[in-house]
Amino acid sequence: MDPLRQSPSPSSSRASSPRTFSCERLGYVGIEAVLDQLKIKAMKMGFEFNIMVVGQSGLGKSTMVNTLFKSKIWKSTMPGLRVPMPQTLQLHSVTHVIEENGVKLKLTVTDTPGFGDQINNDKCWDPILGYINEQYERYLQEEILITRQRHIPDTRVHCCVYFVPPTGHCLRPLDLEFLQRLCRAVNVVPVIARADSLTIEEREAFRHRIQDDLKTHSIEVYPQKSFDEDINDKILNSKIRERIPFAVVGADREHMVNGRCVLGRKTKWGIIEVENMAHCEFPLLRDLLIRSHLQDLKDITHNVHYENYRIIRLKESHALPRGPGWVNLAPTPSPTPTGTRASPGPGKVCRWAEDDSDEDF
Amino acid sequence: MASEVARHLLFQSHITAKTAHTSSQVSDHEQKQKDSPRSLTMSGHVGFESLPDQLVNRSIQQGFCFNILCVGETGIGKSTLIDTLFNTNFEGHESSHFYPHVRLKAQTYELQESNVRLKLTIVNTVGFGDQINKEESYQPIVDYIDAQFEAYLQEELKIKRSLFNYHDSRVHVCLYFISPTGHSLKTLDLLTMKSLDSKVNIIPVIAKADAISKTELQKFKIKLMSELVSNGVQIYHFPTDDETIAKINASMNGHLPFAVVGSMDEVKVGNKMVKARQYPWGIVQVENENHCDFVKLREMLICTNMEDLRDQTHTRHYELYRRHKLEEMGFMDVGPENQPLSLQETYEAKRHEFYGERQRKEEEMKQLFVQRVKEKEAILKEAERELQAKFEHLKRVHQEEKLRLEEKRRLLEEEIMAFSKKKATSEIYQNQTFMTPGSNLRKDKDRKNSNFM
Repeated sequence: MDPLRQSPSPSSSRASSPRTFSCERLGYVGIEAVLDQLKIKAMKMGFEFNIMVVGQSGLGKSTMVNTLFKSKIWKSTMPGLRVPMPQTLQLHSVTHVIEENGVKLKLTVTDTPGFGDQINNDKCWDPILGYINEQYERYLQEEILITRQRHIPDTRVHCCVYFVPPTGHCLRPLDLEFLQRLCRAVNVVPVIARADSLTIEEREAFRHRIQDDLKTHSIEVYPQKSFDEDINDKILNSKIRERIPFAVVGADREHMVNGRCVLGRKTKWGIIEVENMAHCEFPLLRDLLIRSHLQDLKDITHNVHYENYRIIRLKESHALPRGPGWVNLAPTPSPTPTGTRASPGPGKVCRWAEDDSDEDF
Repeated sequence: MASEVARHLLFQSHITAKTAHTSSQVSDHEQKQKDSPRSLTMSGHVGFESLPDQLVNRSIQQGFCFNILCVGETGIGKSTLIDTLFNTNFEGHESSHFYPHVRLKAQTYELQESNVRLKLTIVNTVGFGDQINKEESYQPIVDYIDAQFEAYLQEELKIKRSLFNYHDSRVHVCLYFISPTGHSLKTLDLLTMKSLDSKVNIIPVIAKADAISKTELQKFKIKLMSELVSNGVQIYHFPTDDETIAKINASMNGHLPFAVVGSMDEVKVGNKMVKARQYPWGIVQVENENHCDFVKLREMLICTNMEDLRDQTHTRHYELYRRHKLEEMGFMDVGPENQPLSLQETYEAKRHEFYGERQRKEEEMKQLFVQRVKEKEAILKEAERELQAKFEHLKRVHQEEKLRLEEKRRLLEEEIMAFSKKKATSEIYQNQTFMTPGSNLRKDKDRKNSNFM
């Protein structure tokens, strides 16, 4: 290009960090109509949400998912009539489309029967991490195609709900191992399952002990403290962080209480109402996952966890991303960074100890 | 497409090979995903209808970004129209008509309306259509647009990237200003629009529409549109696939190109102050739909279709650029035998190629260097030898000279000796003759006289 043709002013080729001028508007323009345009576009496209539930069998995972989305996502299995326990950990996903007031949500729930059920549970987190990474890999492959789709189907796990058995003591070694590994790859929300077996005081004590355990082992569960952007976020999220892990009870049967029809568990000594804040913290979980932080979960998965995965993947291939049909000649690195790639705590973009220059075209 | 399915199956088989723990249920899951998922009815209120609001809140937090490119001759009213559109006096002064080349000047402004923050970038073409030779007029514009796409592509391809707070500078819409001659499109306009239509959304507007009368305007619009269609220029059509805005968009599509008048001056009409241009024969009101299409333009550009413009730029124009750029660099999705080709293989192959090339070139240069050194050495040696020979020769000559001179000196000395000897003897002889002076002299004289006789 003829250098004379380039204008002398530096802003002609690229506004890298443009000087922005604040201007005073003198009247109505109509810019805020763009919000409506966004809404229309979003409603047309529909939303996607992928959630994974992890925990030992019998903790009420399937029931919880049914309760969360108020529909029979799975047939809740009665003990005894179940198919024989699977010998290895399996991952089982179902996808449904649910609609509410014109908003379509494509919901994918992944269950993990067999987790922690064997005698030797060593490395039982590997298949789960493998599944999560596989979804990232799939998205990455779609993203680096030359001719890519208009809307890349998003199967990445946005949230992983981890069910802690209500022992009342503290987190077990299996829980700690799993949480440590998973927190770096996906948003994890721990919950105390079957909380109706704990009294309120036991619950609080258990909760505090779990929080201490998490802090000691520097496990950052959702909502991560390091991703709070401004003061409003901080205030909102610290309230949530005080109550993590939520003590929940799941139920999909309805009973009559005081003339109202509520979801609950009927026992000889009373009916535990699922949606009653005094009984359990299910409403908090539901609000966090669905009503207020769903978009945030998706954003953090996309902007942080997926980007971290992408960085690792691109670096280890020493070159550019791979196309489809690429055969993995080198074995996939162990999905658990056992220390060679110990990240110094999650940051908005994972900063590595070595200072590599960017590899680009 | 068969290749898509083949690729998918190939990928699938690799996945099942990789994760040995995961049972075949995962591939079942993929099967299920290929079929459309079943719908489920809920028995109560779950609450995810707030999802669009969550999305909107996040967008409000992030802010919006919109980039407008204005192409048109100097003095046609680009800056005034932008001022009027956004109801703000952006800083600006009249540009000169004497620039030798077309330049693009970009400026970014931050506007806020209720809780929506908009980062607006206005790019103006300075000096467009002013030169005597206008052949190079549209190239800077195309280059600018490509440069913005390139910047975004580079950011997207980085390993450590931060796309969520990247300032998107890609041009979302190009307002092309047509001068109100009333006849037809100028050749320059046609050429420029043709080169831009695959890179950016073009919305043509008729500038200074108060110079045309209503009947002429209708004919002009029809003529313009037919010219654009017959020359295959793809301008931006407002989308008609969503029912809420389909009707209004369709009707607006029929009014293209918009005939606009821009003005920031306020004139009193009736009992309110409106933006208008005052002439001795009347007042042209900017926001009066009977007078000009300004309101339609603002409605379409900002209120109804801003998001769609950004969407089209990202999914159509940018993807096209990206595909061309990557293909140009030699990357493909599908290899020669329709086998899925990986970027890795291509990259490795290219890397080897370039590496080999480099090796070869290095070798060549080395050889060349060695050769040159040899040559130089030879030359120098030759010169040295010559010099040596000359030196010898000179030495010899010098020696010979010396010998000769010695010889001559000897001879001279001998002569000198001989002469001095003779001198000595003659002196002695002369002294003797002076003792007997007369007789010898007479005898000599007589002898001499007798010789004569």
